[in-house]
Amino acid sequence: MNYLNEDIDSLNQKLAQGDLSAEKLAQDTVANIKKTDDKLNAWITVQDDAKPAADLDFAKNKLAGIPIAIKDNIITKGVKTTAASHILDNYIPVYDATVIERLKKAQATFVGKTNMDEFAMGSSTEHSYFGATHNPWNLDKVPGGSSGGSAVAVASGQVVAALGSDTGGSIRQPAAFNGIFGIKPTYGRVSRWGLIAFGSSLDEIGVMSKRAKSAAEVLNVIAGSDDHDSTLSTREVPDFTQFIGQDVKGLRVAVVKEYMAAVDGEMHDVIQKQIDALEDAGAIISEVSLPLTKYVVPDYYIIASSEASSNLQRYDGIRYGYRAEDTKNLLDVYVKSRSEGFGTEVKRRIMLGSFALSAGSYDRFFRQAAKVRTLICDEFDEIFANNDVIVGPTTTEPAFGIGSEISDPIKMYNNDILTISANLAGIPAASVPAGLVDGMPVGFQIMAKRFDEGSIFKTADFIERTNKFYEKTPAGMED
Amino acid sequence: MEITEDTIKHVAVLSRLEFNEDEIGTVTEQMSSIINMADQLSEVDTDGVAETVQVVDRDTVFREDKPEHWQNRAELMKNVPEQANGFIKVPVIINKDEDE
Repeated sequence: MNYLNEDIDSLNQKLAQGDLSAEKLAQDTVANIKKTDDKLNAWITVQDDAKPAADLDFAKNKLAGIPIAIKDNIITKGVKTTAASHILDNYIPVYDATVIERLKKAQATFVGKTNMDEFAMGSSTEHSYFGATHNPWNLDKVPGGSSGGSAVAVASGQVVAALGSDTGGSIRQPAAFNGIFGIKPTYGRVSRWGLIAFGSSLDEIGVMSKRAKSAAEVLNVIAGSDDHDSTLSTREVPDFTQFIGQDVKGLRVAVVKEYMAAVDGEMHDVIQKQIDALEDAGAIISEVSLPLTKYVVPDYYIIASSEASSNLQRYDGIRYGYRAEDTKNLLDVYVKSRSEGFGTEVKRRIMLGSFALSAGSYDRFFRQAAKVRTLICDEFDEIFANNDVIVGPTTTEPAFGIGSEISDPIKMYNNDILTISANLAGIPAASVPAGLVDGMPVGFQIMAKRFDEGSIFKTADFIERTNKFYEKTPAGMED
Repeated sequence: MEITEDTIKHVAVLSRLEFNEDEIGTVTEQMSSIINMADQLSEVDTDGVAETVQVVDRDTVFREDKPEHWQNRAELMKNVPEQANGFIKVPVIINKDEDE
């Protein structure tokens, strides 16, 4: 069983009509993951005993009996959750994240946990204690990151939808690199309770799927207020599927000059084609400028790393996780467990964050970054005063080769230049497939006002219907 | 901005991390280029600009302080690396030789 030609509606229909049994679907999904994952390495944990919930109600729950992949930084009771780190490689949570509780209530099936960059820090899924994940379009290329495992699981047809997390582009960039849809909702839309913390003012759980409508179905289930996360908005959550199939006539679309200048050649043409399609359908296109774009990478790396250095203090080898042996005192347990347990990139981020927050550096780095963040938010507010969505490329290039950037952190960080701003401003953003460049997928990014995921689904669904990219199959999956 | 090995060693202490003599050179070099990349931000004029540390649409949120049964002791102890008699076991806090 693979899901390359399925979406949540088609599966729900087959299950409801009895053409498909949920038990068999769970077993076949696991069997197919096992068969295909040798070359992809998209999973850290596969649940051999996966089975559907009892008393499935297909009329009430669209997700009933449908396997959903979960990124391994989302806590799952009784199922190993590692954040792809050695420091948590034996960690079995004793509670469920809110998003998992809600998926369980909606009777989704759980088949396992997907690979990622350690603690979601990375843009290639090469920084995993469990080895790199491979892109199904070309197995020598990275899948992007940090939600690379979730993206590959969807793109290769192992599952129909997956949860990811996005702190600086970790859903959108891998979605773009794998030719699928991925949405990072508004900060405050989805509970972070049970999401292993990286940058708390930026982290957001979102959904990855081939079709935008499937993501809307999953977001309907996981979004909404939660007593366990007081940063969550209490405003009502709309039915996101209502935005599918709508007309884009009159939609005010802003094209960012700086984003378009970041791509050239064929990549530029493919993105421009999507904008032209919107214009032909009656959308109102205008060019806008985000002059601070050149500062978003430093701004993000200071803020995200500072928050990470604080969040990752908890890994001390005492109550859970890896504990170093041969230690002579308590301090030694902390230092050795952390130094042996964390990977290189995580240590770099902790170091950068500790530096930016330390006496003597705080004003020049952290405080300055927090002020620049205000100016970045202001630039977006100004554009959204007259526009419904901002569009452009999701990344500056298609997927790069495995091993080609791993030794150059700054080059790796610059991969995020087009996605980071949405996290800094807390706005929703998604990537929808635009086309192929040299055989590799490229993504079209859509951003909207805070809590206006609706305009994103509307635009993404239009792009999907127009370019029909979903009909393509990843080259690396053909036997 | 010049970043020395001493700065990096100091930040490592703050971070509860250690790097051996073979690593420290590379770490200093990489951290130095990352910090200098980050320092580009000082070019931006932020006079009179307020800081943004969160993008939440709610102010301080209050809730009733009511106790609830959530997990039991055995569950909470499940992931503890070393334990004895129901307690979390850790090594001595002060070195033995410092004690004497």
